[in-house]
Amino acid sequence: MSATFLLDGRAIPFSEGQTILQAAVAAGAYIPHLCFHPDFKPHGSCKVCTVKVGGRQSASCTTAAAAGAVVESDTPAINAERLALVQMLFVEGNHFCPSCEKSGDCKLQATACDLGMVSPHFDHFFPDRPVDASHPDLLLDFNRCILCSLCVRASRDVDGKNAFALAGRGLRTRLIVNSRTGRLVDSDVSAGDRAVHVCPVGVILPKRRGFSVPLGRRVFDLKPISAVADASAQIEER
Amino acid sequence: MSILDIDERLFTLLDKVEFDRSPITDIKEVGECDVGIIEGGLCNAENVEVLREFRRRCKVLVALGACAINGGLPAQRNHLSLPLLLQEVYRSEPGAEYGLIPNDPELPLPLNKVHPLHEVVRIDHFIPGCPPSADAIWQVLTGLLEGREHPLDHSLIHFD
Repeated sequence: MSATFLLDGRAIPFSEGQTILQAAVAAGAYIPHLCFHPDFKPHGSCKVCTVKVGGRQSASCTTAAAAGAVVESDTPAINAERLALVQMLFVEGNHFCPSCEKSGDCKLQATACDLGMVSPHFDHFFPDRPVDASHPDLLLDFNRCILCSLCVRASRDVDGKNAFALAGRGLRTRLIVNSRTGRLVDSDVSAGDRAVHVCPVGVILPKRRGFSVPLGRRVFDLKPISAVADASAQIEER
Repeated sequence: MSILDIDERLFTLLDKVEFDRSPITDIKEVGECDVGIIEGGLCNAENVEVLREFRRRCKVLVALGACAINGGLPAQRNHLSLPLLLQEVYRSEPGAEYGLIPNDPELPLPLNKVHPLHEVVRIDHFIPGCPPSADAIWQVLTGLLEGREHPLDHSLIHFD
């Protein structure tokens, strides 16, 4: 691992085949991201990790690292675009943080705070989405889904169950459960699956665990997401 | 109530400002104001009227708290129909078999959906939180009084 690229002036080492974001995360450098997780194949959907490389903008999770590349990430212009993306995610779903068990551990919320978001700016969609409480150990609240597909990838690649999928296109894209009835209880998902622990927001939640860590003492209550080296592991252990 | 959380700093504030319409003064009409602070989402026709009046009378309008900013918990009724909600509240409770849905002309008409303030009028500043911390309110108010505008400190941005 001798080749490096420059991320906001800092030399980031990388190995052959790594993307810019993979190398940055491995080096402890923060590029805002939501649909990326170091353990899973990049999806390139949320675009929050967009950076400028050689004068062109691209998603850093799917852009191969190249020796000597000059990458801009933490600039006012790029952060303003990230803020707009995050605001759109907030209005496309129903994100009521005060009533969400994931508050303080939520990457969407933490990313928004880090970008200085104080309002969603756009008009709310207030979509009508169901809640699936059929499973004895898990709750599915589709109101908070940002379509990152991490549960889809984890179920397919780690659990070997293909329990989740994204269906539909454009604004009609939605998370579905692979079971005869479409309900979680009729799928082969279990509480120990990796898929039910990777959700960056509060869609897949374990039941009977509410407030096991009090509000105010959760991962992003203590430090901003940009200062937490790898928040994924800390949150998934819960 | 969150404004009262700024505690003894209220006295410092009172040296510099004069309250117009507020829960403390109970003045019904809005006068010409430099700063208007509004909390809560838009749930009924009166809310919209008051908000528009505030916008006309205030040079700077501040949305305070989660309900004002994204509808908050009341907006969780938005995927249900209003008739269904009224039936549920006034006709379905035990003992309410003979109850009626209130229909007095003096009552403001509820809106089909709860809306945040920025969807109806221009908002100049937002103070998020449920409720916002006293320090966040203080930082915005003192900033406005001193004529400076800068983003809320990161530690003061909370959505819960």
